[in-house]
Amino acid sequence: MSAQWLRRNDVIPVLFGIACLLAFFVLIEILVASGKINPFIVPKPSEIVTSFGRIIADENVLSRFFVTCGEALAASLMLAVTGIGLGVLLHRLRLLRLATETWVAAMASAPLVLMYPLFLVLFGRSVWTVIMIGFVAALPPVVLKTLEGLSGTRAVLINVGRSFNLTPSQLYWKILFPSALPTIFVGVRLGMIFALINIVGVEFLINFGGLGQLVNELSERYDLPGTFAAICFVILVSVVFFMATERIERWLRPGT
Amino acid sequence: MASADSILVVEDIVKRFETPDGVLTAVDHVSFDVAPGEFLAVIGPSGCGKSTLFNVIGGLLDGYDGRVSVAGETVSGPHPSIGMIFQEESTFPWRTVIDNVAFPLEIAGMGKSERYDKARHFVGLVGLDGFERRYPSELSGGMRQRVSMARTLASEPKILLMDEPFAALDEQTRLLLGDKVLQIQQDLKQTTLLITHNLTEAVQLSDRILVMTYRPGKTKRIVDIKLPRPRTSEIVGSDAFGHYVAQIWNDLREEASKGLKDDEQRVARAGAVRK
Repeated sequence: MSAQWLRRNDVIPVLFGIACLLAFFVLIEILVASGKINPFIVPKPSEIVTSFGRIIADENVLSRFFVTCGEALAASLMLAVTGIGLGVLLHRLRLLRLATETWVAAMASAPLVLMYPLFLVLFGRSVWTVIMIGFVAALPPVVLKTLEGLSGTRAVLINVGRSFNLTPSQLYWKILFPSALPTIFVGVRLGMIFALINIVGVEFLINFGGLGQLVNELSERYDLPGTFAAICFVILVSVVFFMATERIERWLRPGT
Repeated sequence: MASADSILVVEDIVKRFETPDGVLTAVDHVSFDVAPGEFLAVIGPSGCGKSTLFNVIGGLLDGYDGRVSVAGETVSGPHPSIGMIFQEESTFPWRTVIDNVAFPLEIAGMGKSERYDKARHFVGLVGLDGFERRYPSELSGGMRQRVSMARTLASEPKILLMDEPFAALDEQTRLLLGDKVLQIQQDLKQTTLLITHNLTEAVQLSDRILVMTYRPGKTKRIVDIKLPRPRTSEIVGSDAFGHYVAQIWNDLREEASKGLKDDEQRVARAGAVRK
């Protein structure tokens, strides 16, 4: 394995990342084993690893993983359509933007998950309560980033479009939108993180659905290694969605 | 004034802007005309209204007095006969070189294979063969500016309007790209209007040079450049070239000094307000 091969395949950063993670686990293992960290608060990483098999076999973690993935996917699709749509609308209608931008920004920091009783009344104890809370809580960053991306399009690119006599619709779809895509995707990624936090949070609170419910049940049983193993699956959902958006962005907006 | 065979006529243009300090006249009664195939440069110090004039002629700015016409037709907005090349980097980063150049053809509704064939021709014309599938982020500043040029040329404008297209490039690249412009202008008989503040660039490329005064921007003088064509950048070493540069600098020096003094006064005023 030559040094050139390592450089070309970007292997070193990946290996370094994995090594850092392993070193962290070893450190925690030592600290817990030596009693520096209370084992009733943080389990040993080795116990978490061995509990994976148990929660896969006994707790149906894979089907719960797909339930949470499905909820996150539904919320993300609704986010992309509605959030980007609202961002475009606010960009086009200046009066509406001036009237609502501050409110949308304020909504981004509101703990909407605490409104789950209202959603329970509206949608019942169903998957729609979980999806809708995830969707509503994640909407502001997508709207605001879409607006920021469209407003931040360089004037010279718009002038190029105007010099070629583009119609307003062509100007939007051929120049403004592709130019804004990287910023829009930052918003979509942020929104997905917001959505996933709220989805798992609501599943935990109403004891319904996928991984959030499992984390709730395992923690109620004081099964700490199982709880942490289930949280690893929540992180896996986040990683899968993050990688998927990166692929979609590269496909939609090559050259960056 | 405008002769019957002029393709571009600029008549008595006045453009004013409202500023916090009052009304600023950026362009003041500027008139000139350009014959088909001619290369005219407009030169002046920073702040003399060159870019305002560029935007007026390109149809990107309205609310001015006077008239701009192309082949007798009044310009009231971007005109299909005018192709514009901007000072700032203006390639589309999400499109490859070939897709950037094919952009105006795609807008015109040309079929895929036909527009790629045509775009390939213009990519070759600016010397970027082999870079068709590259993205702008993979190219140098000079190459990106050539992509912009090829994209504008692909729309086959009757008049090429350039606003300091090489301003961000180093002197050597600028001279070599000047050669490219000269060659293209010669091959396509392209009518060109160049807005610049660079003396050597103006003399190297032009048939005539319009010298503008510092604020408000008026026509100070129009100089005929009687250097032989076809030209290359080697012309910069000739006595005649030096003579023209010196002659135009004589006109420009006074205007550039006014601009410098104006800047110093503005900075001093701003400092006084802060105190």
